[in-house]
Order: sequence, then C-alpha cells, then structure tokens
Amino acid sequence: MSETKRTGVIRDINGPIVTVELPGVRSGEQVKIGNLGLFGEVISLRGQLAVVQTYESTDGVRPGEPAQGLGWPLSVELGPGLMGGIFDGVQRPLEKIALESGDYIRRGISVPALDRAREWEFEPNRELSPGGKVGPGVVLGVVQETTTVLHRIMVPPGVEGELLEVAPAGAYDIESTIARVRDPRGISHRLSMYQRWPVRKPRPYLRRDDGISPLITGQRVIDTFFPQLKGGKGAVPGPFGAGKTVVQQQIARWSNADIVIYVGCGERGNELVDVLESFPELDDPYTGRKLMERTLLVANTSNMPVVAREASVYVGITMAEYYRDMGYDVVMLADSTSRWAEALREVSGRLGQMPVEEGYPAYLASRLAAVYERAGRVETYAAGSGSVTLIGAVSPPGGDFSEPVTSHTKDIIETFWALSKELADARHYPSIDWVTSFSKHVQTAAQWWHKEIDPDWEKRRTAALALLARDAELSRIVNLVGPEALSDAQRWELEGASLIKEGVLQQSALDEIDTFCSPQKQYALLDLAITIYKRGAALIKLGVPVSELQHLPLMAKMRRLKSMYSSEQLDQVFAFRAEVDHAMESVRIEYAKSDQHEHNA
Amino acid sequence: MSIKEYRTAIEARGGLLVVKDTAGIAFGDRVQIKDHAGNTRNGQVIRSADNEVLILVFEGTDDLDLENTWVRFLDEPVEIALSPEILGREFNGLGEPRDGRPPVLSNIRRPVGGSAINPAARTYPREFIQTGISTIDGLNSLVRGQKLPIFSGSGLPHNRLAAQIGRQAKLVDQESSFSVVFAAMGVSYADAKFFRDEFASSGVLRNVVMFINLADDPPVERLTLPRTALTAAEYLAYDLDRHVLVILTDMTNYAEALREVATAKGDVPARKGYPGYLYSDLAEIYERCGRIHNRHGSITMMPVVSMPSDDITHPIPDLTGYITEGQIVLSRELHNQGIYPPVHISPSLSRLMKDGIGKDDTREDHPRVAGQIYALYARAQETRNLASIIGADELSERDRRYLTFADAFDERFVGQGEAEDRSIEATLNLAWELMSMFPRDMLTRVKETDLAKYYQGTD
Repeated sequence: MSETKRTGVIRDINGPIVTVELPGVRSGEQVKIGNLGLFGEVISLRGQLAVVQTYESTDGVRPGEPAQGLGWPLSVELGPGLMGGIFDGVQRPLEKIALESGDYIRRGISVPALDRAREWEFEPNRELSPGGKVGPGVVLGVVQETTTVLHRIMVPPGVEGELLEVAPAGAYDIESTIARVRDPRGISHRLSMYQRWPVRKPRPYLRRDDGISPLITGQRVIDTFFPQLKGGKGAVPGPFGAGKTVVQQQIARWSNADIVIYVGCGERGNELVDVLESFPELDDPYTGRKLMERTLLVANTSNMPVVAREASVYVGITMAEYYRDMGYDVVMLADSTSRWAEALREVSGRLGQMPVEEGYPAYLASRLAAVYERAGRVETYAAGSGSVTLIGAVSPPGGDFSEPVTSHTKDIIETFWALSKELADARHYPSIDWVTSFSKHVQTAAQWWHKEIDPDWEKRRTAALALLARDAELSRIVNLVGPEALSDAQRWELEGASLIKEGVLQQSALDEIDTFCSPQKQYALLDLAITIYKRGAALIKLGVPVSELQHLPLMAKMRRLKSMYSSEQLDQVFAFRAEVDHAMESVRIEYAKSDQHEHNA
Repeated sequence: MSIKEYRTAIEARGGLLVVKDTAGIAFGDRVQIKDHAGNTRNGQVIRSADNEVLILVFEGTDDLDLENTWVRFLDEPVEIALSPEILGREFNGLGEPRDGRPPVLSNIRRPVGGSAINPAARTYPREFIQTGISTIDGLNSLVRGQKLPIFSGSGLPHNRLAAQIGRQAKLVDQESSFSVVFAAMGVSYADAKFFRDEFASSGVLRNVVMFINLADDPPVERLTLPRTALTAAEYLAYDLDRHVLVILTDMTNYAEALREVATAKGDVPARKGYPGYLYSDLAEIYERCGRIHNRHGSITMMPVVSMPSDDITHPIPDLTGYITEGQIVLSRELHNQGIYPPVHISPSLSRLMKDGIGKDDTREDHPRVAGQIYALYARAQETRNLASIIGADELSERDRRYLTFADAFDERFVGQGEAEDRSIEATLNLAWELMSMFPRDMLTRVKETDLAKYYQGTD
C-alpha cells in the first residue's frame, strides 16, 4: 500500500460508525478521525465516501472535522517484548497507557505496542554469513525474551535475497538495524528486531500438518475424556455461571503449551485482573517458572469500545501465529467468541445490513470459520513444526445451544466441551457434560496415551463412558419408581458411575493438589475406579449384596484420592490399588465362608 | 464552537427529534429544546450528519409541534455538577433536583457517559462485605468492588432486601459504613417512598444520594439515569475516598426504555426485540464498578433485575448474568412459604467469593462450610423431588434426614428478620448447627480439624 497520507472530511457520525469523504482510501485502511485523532478502519466504500468503524467512542466528534487515511491496514507489531504484557483490542499496551493517561483510557492516545527504549541482548545466528541467501523465516538471531521464551528474530515474509550483514552480538533496541538483505532487484532491506503484520491476513507457512500429540491440560475430563490436540480447535459453550472462564483459565494455567495468549473479548474487567494478578505468582508445572513469562493478554472488557472487540480476536491470533512461526506450540483462548460475534452484529446493524438469524449478518458463519481456520499445526519457514491451538468460549443466550453462534461454531471445531447448568448448580465442576460433549481426536490421542501411559487407556475410557451412559438410563427409572426397584447389579452400576463422576470427572480448580493432574495420575484414577467397579460387579455376580460393598471404606477413599495425593505422589495412588485388591479379596473370602457354611447347614 | 439555536425540526417520534440544516454539531452533545408552551426539555445528539442531526429527547416528544420548537445545541456533553452537597439529596435522571431544593452549584462538572477503566489500573476485589444476611454472607459473599445483582420477579421482596443490604452493609470490624447511591428507574411512587422512608428512619439518609425516575416519568430519561448516578458514585468514591454501594432498580425498566428508543430509531432487533447492543450497553453501566489501584474508595453494585415471567433466560437477566460477578436469585416458592429473604441458593452464585473469605478475611472454615452446605442442599433437593413422587415414607432413614435438614435450612438459615443483622460468625455457627444434623462421616467437604472445632452433633 502506498505511504502517502490522504486527507478528507467527516460527513456523518452514527455511534462508532463514521462516514468520511476520503477519495482514494482503500478498504481495510486505517483512518485517523477528527481533531482527537481516533483510530478506525474502512469497512466499505461508495464513491467518494468511506464508512469507517472506530475503535474508540466518538463523543464530541463533529461533521466537518478532518479525517486522514494512514495508508496501511490494521497491523500489529511483532518482536521481543510482547510476553507478559497486556494489550487492548488494537494492541496498545495497557500498562503504558495507564502511566500516560491514568485510570481511564484517554481517547486518541497512541502508544506503540513494543517498548522503543528497551534494549535486548541479541545473539546472531552463527550459521549465517554475508553473501548467503536468506528468505522468509530464516532465523537471524535470538533474544532471550523471558527466562522461558527464546525469541527467534526471523526474516519477515516477503523479504528474500542476499544477506549483506548481520549485527554482532550485543544489546539493541528494537528499531536498530540487525541485518540487511539485498533482494534480486537490488533493493536493500534494513531489518530490525520487529516486524509489522496486517491482522486480518493469516501469516504464511510451508505446509499444514495433522495434529499428532494431545494438548495436556491437567484437567481429567478434558485430557482423558474429550482430548484436544496441539493445533486443534475447540469450543467451550455454556450459560453464565457454568464455569467457562474457570475452564479457560485452567487451560491457560496448566496446559503444556510453550506460549499462552489469552484474549478477554467483551468479558469482565475483574476476571482479567485476576489473571493479571495471579499469573505472576503461579508456577508453570512444566518449567517451574512463573506463568506470566509465557503468557500474553489481550483485553477488551465488555465496557471497552465494541469495534476494538471485533479486532481483538485477530490481534490475538496474529501474535499466536508469530510465535508459532518460531516453532512454538501456542494456545490461544478467546473468551468469548459470542461477544466477538455480537460486535459483528452491532456493526452490521448500524450499516443497515440485512440480518439473517437473531440479527446476525449472513457472513457470521464464514467469518467464524475463517478465524478458527487460522489454528493448526504447520511446518514453519523457520524452525520445523509449530502450532496454534484455538479454544473459544461461547456464551449462548439463555444457555440455548441451538442459537447461531454455538451452532455455527459446532460445525467448525473438533472438540466441544459443553458446560451444563445442571452440573454447575449441583457444584459438579468442571461442569463439562459427558453426554453432549465430543472430541474428534480420541483416536489420535489414544496413540499417544497408549505409547506414553498405558495400552489400556482407550478401553478404560470406553468402559467409563459406557458406565455413565448406563447411569443416565437407570437414573430415569429411579426418578420414576425409586431406588428400591433396581437389582443389586444395577445399583452397583450407579455406584460405579458415581465413582467415575466424583473420583475422576469432578476436579476442583481451587484445591491446591487437585487443580492439576498429570496424565499418569489421570490414568491411575480412571483405572482404579473401573477396577473397583469390575471387582465389585464380579462379587455381586457371586451373590454378595450391594450394601456390603457400598460401605467399604475404600469407596470414600476413592472419591477423595484425587485431592489426597499430588501428581508427584503416584506411588501412594498405586499403593491404594493393593488396598482395593486386599479389601475386595477379603469380602470374597468372607462371603465364600458364609456361603460354604450355609451349604453345610 | 459556540451555542447554536435552530428552529428547523422536521420530524418528531418516539422520543426522537430530527433537526435539519445544522452544521458541525458534535456527536453526544447536550441539547435544550423549548416547546410551544415555553417549557424546556433536554436532549442528546445521537447521530450527527453534515446537515441533519438526530436528538434523543429525555422528556419525550409528546406534545411537540415542529413549527414552534426551538432547539439549542449547548456545545457541551451531558454533564452533572458534583459537590459533597449531593449527599442527602434527590435528583432526576439528568441530575436536576427533585426535592424542591436549589440545584447543586459546583465547578466540578463531569460528563455522565464516563469512560472505560483501564483493566491494567484495576485491583482485584477481595475485601469481604458483611451484609448481615446469611445466604449472602455465608454462601454467596459480596466483596468490595463487586457487581452482584438480585434476580427477582414481580411481587417478590427485592426492594426490601436491597434496602436491608443498603442499611446493614459494612466491613467486618469496621464502623465506617457505605455511602449509598440509589438509582430508581421506572419504579412506582410507593416503591420510591419505601426507600426514602427506609433510609430516613434508619438515619442513613445523610449518606445517601437518590436518583429517581418514577413509572409515570418519561422513559427516555431512564437511559441516562444510571449513568448520572454512577458519575456521582465515581465522584464519591474517587474524589471523596468513600466506599460506595450503588443500588440500581429496576434494570428491566431500563432495558425496556432502551428497546423503545431502539425500535423508534429502527435498529435491527436481536432477541425479543431488544437491540443487538443491549449487552454492550448494560456492560457500560455494570463495568463502572470496581476497585482501582491507589484509590481509597470503591464502587460496589447491586442491580435489581426483575425477570419477566420469572424467566432467568430472558435477555435482560441473561445478559446481566454474563456481565456481573454472580447473582442472588429470589424464589417465588420460598416467598410463598413466608420465608424472607426468599433467596434460592442453588442458582445463586458469587464469583468473587473465593478470594474474600477464609482464614484472614472471615473464618478459616468458611469456604468448606459453604461447599458442604451446597452439597447437602443439592442432595436434599433431589430427595425432595423423589419424596414428591414416591412419598416420604418410602425414603430411607438417611434420605429422611436430608428432608429434615432442608426444611430447617430454609426456615432458619435462609429465613431471617428484616431487621436482623447477623454477623458472619453467627451465620457460620448456624450453618454448623444445621450440618450437625448429619453424622460426621457424611460431612466429607469439611476438614477433620473443622469437625473437631465446630461439629456439634452427638455422633
């Protein structure tokens, strides 16, 4: 795009939608609006008139004030200094803004995302030498961005040619030249440690690969029952109060990703503050470092301008792709995609576009799909394989999953963690409903589990789900005629399902021990619950009454086991296995004796 | 720019006025309209084009004629004058006195629209507020800077509950109570009087600012009223270092006014005729509460939302629930049993409770007691359902115990007097008394040490 700035004049202000007379401006171009210099983006053109959506409140703006086309589309800065930061929906650094404009965000304030003054220790790539060929993604050198994140400085997409020079090791700010490249036309490009990228355009990669390894989140119902892959796309729909945000925060905390990008899109300010205050205190279970060192927040709280909300998801995913390009596994959490969709609806409504379902524009489904499609595992230009896992919260009005955003999302994603109001009301957390949730990745995940943990994983998982399905069936009978109508074997099935629910599925985010559960411990708990059920079922077949088993102390212990021993105390969990064997065996012997006795009598 | 006056109104409908041949009018600016009888109305510019503006008239457009309407653009945003004198006063949605006393004179004037708090400037709310109500303090604790709505239905005592909270709310071991900003939108004369009398009789009136729009006042004014009230709250909290409790009643009337204007403007409806921006609009109001770094004061908010036909999935309570940090839900069933306050604990929730209670804030057993009560009550509800089908006599001894517990819980823990101000200590002790109806081994959510210290059963 040309760098010449065009100027024009404001004609109409309708909330965040401003019409300007600005000949020659391009669709998607950034525009500065009025005397305040508010930022906006051209969304449609007609003749001399351009319709601009503004990222800030337009109060006080008048027709006749100037407007200026900036010549480039909405872009983000990509370079060292992003990690640990909090940015608004158009990538303005909120901590810096707080220093400059106080507790409230002053309009028209313009602060670059990356700190210009800060210097970084640059270590050049020793394999490069002047005169060699370089292209997009070639690593020019590295910067230790945080103790856990090694930032690879790459040749940006679109630059290719002969390397003229690379700067020697040393401290540089992000605007210093660290390399020069001469392209085939003879034009020399000066490269610094940062690059800009338009957010609505996916960043390029060599090719797309299939996901192969599961994203371990330390949450049993997710990892064991509805697994997600690195590079997968998933959704967490649920009515308010069902625990969407806690599920998302747990994933942000405990997943084995290299980078976590948390986009708070139209959600509560206090929840973002919770992340902002607690993450610098919490340890990453994999590296032992503070979680904030691998986390980046994008915050557009529900009271911040709605148009920036629409942009925030793109801003987040572009930064995710950038770290993916360095070869990292990135998880991006978008809470909530419904607010993003509503922002689309609000803009389309103000433009007078024909609504289709519940006021949403016709392009809702295609926009949603295009955003989710930016997730994936790819072969990067720079460093082998990298991935972006995208997990979006969905907030269906009234908890109705048939509404447009949920139903379109369901068609696109591969993992669906449906939260249930009933489970949440009974304080069964995480309230992920095992009947309506699904994962298309079970087969792939099974290969990993079988290799790394136990070859019986899939069998155990299926057995547990079958037991839960049986439980649903039998519960209907109980609700009609009471528990007395069931046979002992059936009542044991209910008991087994309850062990799965309370001993495996339920997991407290607030419990210090239970908040994270390693795959080994997950499997051990699942295996134990199924074993208890099977051993008991065999005994009942022999004629042992169910009441005999229900009151065994091991039943209560199975339910508490998850919060008794941490993932490091697996031997204690295995020791319980011997207890189970012993207890079950003594019931059998006891029963065989009395049985014998009766026979003799 | 300067004040401009026009007599070129070309359209008036549903609270909206269109004026043509204007030039350079700022979006969002304040407007004064003089009608044929010489009465002044107030308005705000909600769309401004080259030669035409759209004005929202707070007093409505009834009885206007286009010939004899003078429109003055004041070249300033909609503002309110603020001084410590606002305490003890009563205003309308525009900040004009309703109590027959002179207007507030001050050179501190703030635009009512407010602006978004920078999330990086917020502090996470964690100071426990004792409301003296067991179901709130014990099970759904309120903390300073939280927004916790009351979801109610027509005929339920939400106003009495809100007034009781306004009277009793305080920090544990602190005398300093809250300043109350009371914002009433579309309430009946009787309800407004109830609050006025309530504040007067309990002697807190000098700490209260009231913003009132009655059911027969112009609905359009309801759109600006909560914003005006919150601007006053922000002044009290951040200029005067006070802890402010904002009570907004009834947000359903607010949302209906918003729908009325949106329909007149021709906005595309989303659900049940409410505009697509209802969520953002409500959030602009609710998100103005909170705690800010290095500021002494705070804003805590309790909006009242009456659920049309008791339907919690109706857009107003639904969107509110997505923005607020929990909800207190009132139950018609409990109300009909004569239980006050009829708080239904199962769907009630406080999201910020976890950080405001426990060892250093209330008592070390508090989080586990709350968890245990919820678990017992959930089970008791199931048992009640079962008993209604197969009869209580068919239940096991164990199950009957749940029934006795549930009845005692509703009556003694949920139920309390309108003037009864229970300390958190008393609330927790009462919880233990009720939990002690069960043998120790059924109380699996509390610790052994809690049992040793507080268990009162004979088991």
